Amino acid sequence: MSDIMPSLSRRTFVKTTGALGALAAVGGSVAAADSLFGAGVPEAHAASEEKITWGHCAINCPGCCSLKFHVQDDEVVWVDTYTSKDAGFDDPQPRACLRGRSYRRWLASPDRINYPMKRVGKRGEGKYEQISWDEAIDLAATKLKEVIDQYGNEAVYVPYATGVSATTSRPFNRFLNLVGGYLNFYNSYSTAQISCITPYMYGSKQSGGSSFKAAEDAKLVLIFGSSPTETRQGGLTTHYDWVHLRERTGAKIYMIDYRMNDSIVGHSEQWLPINPGTDAALVAGIAHYLIEHDMVDLDFLHTYCVGYDEESMPEAYKGKNMSYYAYIMGEGYDKVEKTPEWAAKITGIPAERIESLAEEIGTTKPLYVNQGWGPQRRSNGEWTSWAIMALPCLVGQIGLPGTNNGTREDRTSPASVSMDAGKNPVKASIPCFLFTDAIDHGTEMTSKNAGVKGVDKLPVNIKYMINYAGNCLTNQHSEINKAHDILADESKCEFILGIDTVMCDSLKYSDVILPDLFRFEQTSQISTGSDTGYMITGTACTSPKFERKTAYEMATLMAEKFGVADEFTEGKTEEERIKEQYEKAREKSPKLPTWDEAVEMGVYIEEHDPVVSMAKFRKDPVGSALDTPSGKIEIFSEKLLQFTEGWELEADDTLPGMNTMPPIPVYLPEWYGVETTTDEYPLALSGFHYRGRIHSSWGFMPELKEVNPQEAWINPVDAEPRKIAQGDKVRVKNEFGEIELLAKVTPRVVPGTVAVSQGAWHDADMAGDRVDKGGSINTLTTQRPSPLSKGNPQHTNICEVVKA
Amino acid sequence: MTHYAFSFDGTRCTGCKTCEMACKDYKDLDLGVAYRKVYEVTSGETKKDANGCFTSTCTSYPLSMSCNHCDDPACTKVCPTGAMHKDAETGLVSVDADKCVGCGYCHMACPYNAPKVDREKGHSVKCDGCAERVAAGEKPVCVEACPARALDFGPVEEMSKMGERGNIAPLPEPTYTNPNLYIKPSADAKPAGSADGKVVNPLEVM
Repeated sequence: MSDIMPSLSRRTFVKTTGALGALAAVGGSVAAADSLFGAGVPEAHAASEEKITWGHCAINCPGCCSLKFHVQDDEVVWVDTYTSKDAGFDDPQPRACLRGRSYRRWLASPDRINYPMKRVGKRGEGKYEQISWDEAIDLAATKLKEVIDQYGNEAVYVPYATGVSATTSRPFNRFLNLVGGYLNFYNSYSTAQISCITPYMYGSKQSGGSSFKAAEDAKLVLIFGSSPTETRQGGLTTHYDWVHLRERTGAKIYMIDYRMNDSIVGHSEQWLPINPGTDAALVAGIAHYLIEHDMVDLDFLHTYCVGYDEESMPEAYKGKNMSYYAYIMGEGYDKVEKTPEWAAKITGIPAERIESLAEEIGTTKPLYVNQGWGPQRRSNGEWTSWAIMALPCLVGQIGLPGTNNGTREDRTSPASVSMDAGKNPVKASIPCFLFTDAIDHGTEMTSKNAGVKGVDKLPVNIKYMINYAGNCLTNQHSEINKAHDILADESKCEFILGIDTVMCDSLKYSDVILPDLFRFEQTSQISTGSDTGYMITGTACTSPKFERKTAYEMATLMAEKFGVADEFTEGKTEEERIKEQYEKAREKSPKLPTWDEAVEMGVYIEEHDPVVSMAKFRKDPVGSALDTPSGKIEIFSEKLLQFTEGWELEADDTLPGMNTMPPIPVYLPEWYGVETTTDEYPLALSGFHYRGRIHSSWGFMPELKEVNPQEAWINPVDAEPRKIAQGDKVRVKNEFGEIELLAKVTPRVVPGTVAVSQGAWHDADMAGDRVDKGGSINTLTTQRPSPLSKGNPQHTNICEVVKA
Repeated sequence: MTHYAFSFDGTRCTGCKTCEMACKDYKDLDLGVAYRKVYEVTSGETKKDANGCFTSTCTSYPLSMSCNHCDDPACTKVCPTGAMHKDAETGLVSVDADKCVGCGYCHMACPYNAPKVDREKGHSVKCDGCAERVAAGEKPVCVEACPARALDFGPVEEMSKMGERGNIAPLPEPTYTNPNLYIKPSADAKPAGSADGKVVNPLEVM
């Protein structure tokens, strides 16, 4: 369109449509058309009305920001958001981020999937031909019946996927539950390690963090491994909350990160550079200083915690030097005293700096300690996140105004009810990260070696998958080359049904592909928020184009083939379900607007008071006891010790000499980390979230890629000896693979560590050299799971970098 | 007659580029063209000492900038056809595409990297301050898009209260063109003309 409008703005251009409008534009001005056709002709072909619809983003970011579609002739002409010209700094507005503002390009992308297709090449090649909906559903349903008959429902799996979040976004699970169920998964790729360890320490019912807003009352704010502006970029999620907090709080702020991330820029005095994966060593060094200088809050530790010192150890473990104190002071476990000098060598933070930080921590209250999910996404992530959580306990900064329990910030949202997925008759469950193992050798996976739950061992390998809006088969999984080999073997997983809007790398392994609609091409609702809650009620911006359908319709078609369509739909359309669910939410929260009001307003905002984590427990540790075995905060976890007895561990999973996992928050060197680099791979390699994508979503869009290039961040100290200059094409490689991307030579990353943003689209000749020219870090990440949670340690890597 | 200006709060901006992409959507800009760009200015060092410990003098800050609708625009002065002009009523500088011959002098003259010749369109293109939105009482799309509330736009008298005029590196001394950009600098920001303040993301700002 823009090519034929040399002088008119698009706003003017769209007022006249069709050939005459276009001619007028080609002529250079409306006057030119007047001279050809006489004055007033364009008006005779007056434009259709512009209509506005609301929608929400639905891609694995709790922002789920508001989208205000300007639509003309059933096409989106531009995408605005909930905003106003006179909004003050404090006015809550869920403004869309740069990606949300680019949705028009994705909606109308030539890469969009328009028709059902079947695979005509090898898995992973991406060769498909168009088929009818009848044929597509018939193929998918016939094969599903065969797999269930031959292998049982345990052979059916719905892999972890994060492309769609809404209150009706799990229709395939509901369908499968009506035909005997499917192999469950637990964990996520976001929080496997911290979600696993937190209940051991804090239990699961009172373990949530304090909101960012609560940190306005703090005097000292410590943020470990988090970039709230990059991980959640919208205008009423943590991006805004962080900027707002930074301006409103009187607290001193330290951001502890190996990278001067975008939440620090402009405020470099807040950056405390650290070696990645060593946060637990920093905490240990601080703890040593606090102990030596009598700054620990013994009253708190003895009243509210278990395992800090001999006095607070469980009876059975007294006198064995198994307390946290014994670990820190070198009396137990590895018998090494965790002095600031010891911590300095590991963390890269000078001992004097650790001491001065410890002094500040010991003398400044309230203290707000918070961690992102980067520190935990590591081979030692359970222990790293546990150690960070232990820090505020040492100084009693838990459950009081202005404090946090060391977990990530709390989020609030209006009440909502999601579609009932039914009950899964299958009991077996695997850690989601181990699905490729379950395809390759599932029957060897047990509760002791692979975290299988519900059964002692898996009865069958995965044979059939429904991959809905997910890029975790390859791109967002790990060791892509290995994942490819497993998925490409059709004798292993015999059928993959893929549903998406564009051909991401994982979709290329589908045997049949179904074309999805965005949530804003249908009625959809989401409740979300951060410091402030909000709900977005959206309606279709345009009619469904080509042969695209909603996932609910697809699941209904599958259900018909199994004779369970009535049970699936219960006679309801998806919209009727959303309305019915919403009425249930209104019963819980009567202040919510009526459905019609919600549709009309699009965006409903609900302000909430700041949340202070564990306030009830602090006030009444007996009456509001935690749901840990002791009812207290467990700095020593007997449960963890016993749970990991008899496990098949590798030597570097735990502390030397131990045959269980450590029952206290120790520092464990990573398998592939700053302490375990090799001559061949002398640099640590870590991932991060990048503004141009949320995970891999939007990763194909030229407009976003152009201004958010895929780069390897490397310090000049490491770049110079390798003769690498800013903007050079480089290759980053390790034992798992090789990627090609641009170098960002910058002092914003610590020496010795390379940073590559996660989510870039894998692009390699898998029949050839397998060099990934898209630059996906998961070409270089391992499939070995972290020991306790069996989660993805995707920031635990080593590498070499060379000029390409 | 109300002349307008942008303001930029460098203490809030995180460099997310929502302003840039919102503009690109609203103005329907193709690859290779952006009316608002986000510059990364980074300097200093992060080094490892003999003990393996880090010392850092690194500072870094983003600068989001479009056309500054200067009081003394360099672009209009060099334009041979009068296509590049400053509106007397609003002070907004824009291109009359009918008159523009695409010579690129404006692009070369502007110290703020604002105009650019779009070779497919055959003429110069740049931020026009969303003149029609402003006429309708709204603010430019970029301003209303900012998730961090770092941008604002309004009458010069109001914006000038929000910061110092054009005084941030890597911009030249503001006296050169008298830009209508008022800046609240972050702690890391360097003043205009500072030799330390180099743009380190040239690929991203075309």
